[in-house]
Amino acid sequence: MTLRDTLQVAMRSIAANKMRSFLTMLGIIIGVASVIGLSALGEATTISITQAVESLGTNLLTIDSGAAGAGGVQFGQGSAQTLTYADAQAIAADDPDISGVSPMVQSNGQALYGPNNDSVTIQATSADYATMKDLTVAQGSFFTNQEVTQSANVVVLGSDIAQILFANQNVNPIGATVDIRQIPFTVIGVLAAQDTTGFQNPNDYVDLPVTTAMNELTGSNYVGSIIVSAQSPAVMNQAEQEITSTLRFMHHLTGSEASDFQIFNQATTLSTLSSSTQTLTDMLSGVAAISLLVGGIGIMNIMLVSVTERTREIGIRKAVGARRSTVLLQFLIESVALSVTGALIGLLIGGGGSEIAGALTHVGNLVTPGPVLLSIGFALLVGVVFGVYPARKAANLNTIDALRYE
Amino acid sequence: MTAPTREGDQDVQPLIEMHDVVREYEIGGERVRALNRVSLTIQHGEYVAIMGPSGSGKSTTMNMVGCLDVPTSGTYRLDGIDVASLSDNELAALRNLKIGFVFQQFNLLSRTTALQNVELPMMYAGVSRKERRARAEEALARVGLSNRLQNRPNELSGGQQQRVSIARALVNRPALLLADEPTGALDSHTTEEILELFEDLHRQGHTIVIVTHEAEVGRRAKRIIRFVDGQVAADSQTDSRPDSRADSRADSRTDSESDSGPAFSARFATTPATPLPPPVREGF
Repeated sequence: MTLRDTLQVAMRSIAANKMRSFLTMLGIIIGVASVIGLSALGEATTISITQAVESLGTNLLTIDSGAAGAGGVQFGQGSAQTLTYADAQAIAADDPDISGVSPMVQSNGQALYGPNNDSVTIQATSADYATMKDLTVAQGSFFTNQEVTQSANVVVLGSDIAQILFANQNVNPIGATVDIRQIPFTVIGVLAAQDTTGFQNPNDYVDLPVTTAMNELTGSNYVGSIIVSAQSPAVMNQAEQEITSTLRFMHHLTGSEASDFQIFNQATTLSTLSSSTQTLTDMLSGVAAISLLVGGIGIMNIMLVSVTERTREIGIRKAVGARRSTVLLQFLIESVALSVTGALIGLLIGGGGSEIAGALTHVGNLVTPGPVLLSIGFALLVGVVFGVYPARKAANLNTIDALRYE
Repeated sequence: MTAPTREGDQDVQPLIEMHDVVREYEIGGERVRALNRVSLTIQHGEYVAIMGPSGSGKSTTMNMVGCLDVPTSGTYRLDGIDVASLSDNELAALRNLKIGFVFQQFNLLSRTTALQNVELPMMYAGVSRKERRARAEEALARVGLSNRLQNRPNELSGGQQQRVSIARALVNRPALLLADEPTGALDSHTTEEILELFEDLHRQGHTIVIVTHEAEVGRRAKRIIRFVDGQVAADSQTDSRPDSRADSRADSRTDSESDSGPAFSARFATTPATPLPPPVREGF
C-alpha cells in the first residue's frame, strides 16, 4: 500500500463526514487564528509605538539637570539647574559624534498682535533645532546661528498662533512685530502645521533664539535641558559618553562624584517599550497556544469515538490484508490531516483578517512568518501526539472481534 | 482472472492441512476448549461445507482456516505454510494473497463504491492503480455487476452486495475462497443465485470452504465436515449433482460450464428486495 493510497483513504474518511470533521477542526482553527491574530496585534502595537518614538527622533539624546536635594528630601529630575548655555556650546565644539545641539528654555506667556492675543508656550532654542526636529517652515525661515549669537529679537510662530494673531488682519506675518511678554519680536517665519502628540500642541509654540530668551525673559545663564543629535543611531552610545565627559569637565566633577545631569537615550526608551510589548505579545500567543492544545484534545476525543464506530471497517481492512502499521498510519494521517487542515483554515482567517486590518489602518503587513510557522508546526505536532493513541487503538483491534462488532 | 492451477492430482500437497489443532480461550478465568484436537485435510479444488450447531467449533475453525486466529497447539498448514510461525504482518499478507473472505454481513465499506470495495485487497497487496482498476472491473463483470461499478452498497440489493463481496474475495486470485454463512442474510431466491455462483466458481477450479448451519446450503457442496463439541463428528462426500439440478431449472442454461458475467446479470436482473444487514460504518 503506497503512501498515496493511505493518504487517499484518510482523506475520503474525512470527507465522508464533513460536518463532524469541521467541528473537530474548529478548536485548531480558532487556536491558529488567534495565535496569528494576536501576534499580528502585538506587531501592530510595536509598530505604532516605534513610529511614535521614532517621530521624536531616533538619534536624539536629551540631557536634563539632576535632581535637587534639600535636607535629605530629593526633588524630581530637572529640579536643580545645572545646565548652562556654555555647556551646550562645549558639547557642540568638542564632541565629534554630535551633529546638532539645542539648549532648551521653555516658558509661557501672552503673545499680542494688534487686537488679537493668545497664550503661548515659549520655546527658546538654537538654529539646529529645526533640522533636529525636522520642522518645516511654511513661510519665511527659521532663525540662524548668527541670530542666536546676536541674541536677536526674532520669533518663529507655530501655525495655530500665526492664525490666531493674524486673524481678520490682512497682513503678511513675516516682518510683523509681535509682542511676547510685552517685548517686541520680529516674525521671521511661520511653521507648517504639525501632528499633535499627546497633550502637547506644537502648533501653539513660538520659537525664539535661546540667547534672547535668557537675556530678555529668564535673565539667567541656565537652560532647562539640552537636546543633542548624534551623527547616526549607531553612535548613540559614543555620543552619550562624549557628552558625559564634556559635561563632567565643565561641571568640575572628578573621580566618583555623581553627575549632576542625566542623559536620556531615545533608543533605550524604544527598546524598553519594544521588549515590553513583545512580552505582552508572547503572553497572548501563549494563551492562544493553549486553545491549540485544547483543540488537539478535541481531535483525540473524536478520533476515539470514530475508531469505536468504525470497528467493523477496521476488521474488514485487517481481514483482507491490512497490516497493523497500515491501519495505524491511516488513522494517524486522518488526525494529522484534520489538524493541519484546521491550521490552514485558521491561518486563512487569522492571517487574512490581520492583513485586512493592517491594510485598513495603513500599518502595513502584520503577519510575520514566525507565528505562522510556529502555529502550523504546533498544529502538526498536536495532530501526531493526539492521533497516536486512537490510531494505536484502531491498529490493535482484534480482527475477529472487530468483524463481529455490531 | 485465472483459477488456481492444479497440476497432477494427489501428489500435490493439500491446500489445508490441520493436525491435532487445539484452540483454547480463557473466559472468566476458566479455560474453554473451542477446538479439541481437530485434524482435517482439504485438497485444492474442493468444495467443502463446514457444518454444525452453534458452539460446535465451526466458527473457530473458520477463523483458524482464514488465518485470523492461530492454534493454541497443533499445526495448521495453508498451502504448505505453517501458520504458527508467522508474525501478525505475515498473517495479514497471507490472508491478503491466499484467502478470499465472504461474510454473512457482506462487510463492504458503506461509503465506498463497488469498484473501490473490490480494489481494497489489491491496494493492500501493492497492486498498481491501473491494474487494480482493470482487475476490479473484471472481477465485478465475473459476478455480473458490470453495470454497478460506481454504486455504493446501500444502492445495491443484498444479493448484489454479496456478489460484490465475492468479487472482492476473488480479485487477488486467492487459493481459497472462505465463506462464513454467505447466505445467512439472504432470502431463498437470492441464496440460490449465490450458490449457483459458488458452483460456477468451483467448476472453474476454485477451492471453496463454506461455513454454514443451513442444511440446504451444505448439501450443495461436494463434501460436508460436521463439527460437534469442538471435534470433527463426520466427514462425508455428498451426492449432490449440481449439473442435473441446473438442468431441472425452468430457465436453465444448456451449457453449465459457460462462465460469462453478462449471463449472471441477465439471470439475476430482477432481484427481490431482501432485508439487509446494517451497513458497515465507515468514514470519519
